[in-house]
Amino acid sequence: MEDLSQFPLELDGADRPMVSFRKVTKRYGSLTVLDNLDLDVAEGEMVSIIGPSGSGKTTVLRMLMLERIQGGVIYVDGQPLTHEVRDGALVPASERYLRRAREPIGMCFQHFNLFPHMTALQNCMEGPVQVLGLSRQEARARSEELLDMVGLIDKKDQHPSRLSGGQQQRVAIARALAMRPKVMLLDEVTSALDPEVIGEVTEVIRKLVREHRLTIMMVTHQMGFAADISDRVCFFYGGRIEEQGPPSELFGNPQKDRTRQFLSAVKSAD
Amino acid sequence: MSYWEFLAEHGGRFLDGTLITAGQFFLSAALAIAIALVAGLMKLSDNALIRTPAVVYIEIFRGTSLLVQLYWIFFVLPLFGITLEKFTAGFVAVGMNLGAYGAELVRGGIQSVPKGQWEAAYALSMSPARRMWRIILPQALVNMLPPWGNLLIELLKGTALVSLISVADLMFEAKQINGSTFLSAQAFGTALIIYYIFARLIVTPFMRWLETVMARKIGKA
Repeated sequence: MEDLSQFPLELDGADRPMVSFRKVTKRYGSLTVLDNLDLDVAEGEMVSIIGPSGSGKTTVLRMLMLERIQGGVIYVDGQPLTHEVRDGALVPASERYLRRAREPIGMCFQHFNLFPHMTALQNCMEGPVQVLGLSRQEARARSEELLDMVGLIDKKDQHPSRLSGGQQQRVAIARALAMRPKVMLLDEVTSALDPEVIGEVTEVIRKLVREHRLTIMMVTHQMGFAADISDRVCFFYGGRIEEQGPPSELFGNPQKDRTRQFLSAVKSAD
Repeated sequence: MSYWEFLAEHGGRFLDGTLITAGQFFLSAALAIAIALVAGLMKLSDNALIRTPAVVYIEIFRGTSLLVQLYWIFFVLPLFGITLEKFTAGFVAVGMNLGAYGAELVRGGIQSVPKGQWEAAYALSMSPARRMWRIILPQALVNMLPPWGNLLIELLKGTALVSLISVADLMFEAKQINGSTFLSAQAFGTALIIYYIFARLIVTPFMRWLETVMARKIGKA
């Protein structure tokens, strides 16, 4: 059994990170996907995660929202996420605690995962009404505002099957924002899109970064876009952070061989 | 005696029988749907205490004969102090039997909903019950409607067995008419036609209509 007493019960102080991974290990069976990961993300920071497939980059996001970990502790907004405090000590979180602790987190997926039996507006209203307990009126106002922000107010009564991939992803972003998250996870949100509609989604993300003080963690294959909007880029390799830094440095002057190899391979494929 | 004279003389009894068959059909269908939903959801539980009763139920009712189950419910249960009136015993037996098949349809329908839908609902912090009721079941329902159409026709045909515990359904009336007139072809031929009309002109079109409506609701049509 891992000694959990080395981890604080909560993080405090004005400069505490919004998201903090402490010695986090994630295994699937005997395969270790992430190994002793330490990663802090500050409030309002935009962090891009890049790396070859199998490097564990998507797993970083999935641990925050969907999966359990096998070692270490993750904190969100100062509170432990993967563990709860019982009798003055950290113990692995119950399902109920975990779901509560994940409420300040929003997530968008590669394949959008909109609810097909609901219109764009209903997709956005579902969480606020069912989970946050907003009145339908309030939820509608909030959702319409967000659909307007992503430029799809005229499509609000359409079902997802009537929308293009780019439009579906913009609705998915609005749906996640309707929960007023503090942290937003973007998991390869442009990877399943046709090239000509990628721009409309990246434009919405730029707007988010500009106009909202939202902490964003984005897994992406679009190096140019990541370079453009990130405060920091983390290059994952073999389940750890091989190199990280401001995009100008990581892309302009990478220090590690593996980073250079990866970046040149991506560039030549483009 | 022409067939028309036969019908004029016995049509009333066929009609009475058909109404009883319709009653058996609707009541056993309602019971089967309710059982299928509960047992199908239970079978998907991670908790063995919840899952096992459903597995046992499904195994017993799918693995043994409907006729034997009917006789058990009507003739054997009274020995244990549970006496059901024959009409009730009839639709309970048919409903419980087809409900076990339906449970597998419910389970399959739920499992056919893509994993991304569960994840998206979870990412909105929806509780397990809300996820199932608001997000998964509506989509599962659309997926399982076509096999439910088949199952309901099986169920309709299964109700003919209740005549064997003397419920005065369509089959029972046909046998009675045959017994008193010896016009076997006319008696059983008429029953055959009525069952066919019920299945093909009422049950099937209704299910088709339901499929269209649901497909439109989900934005597929």
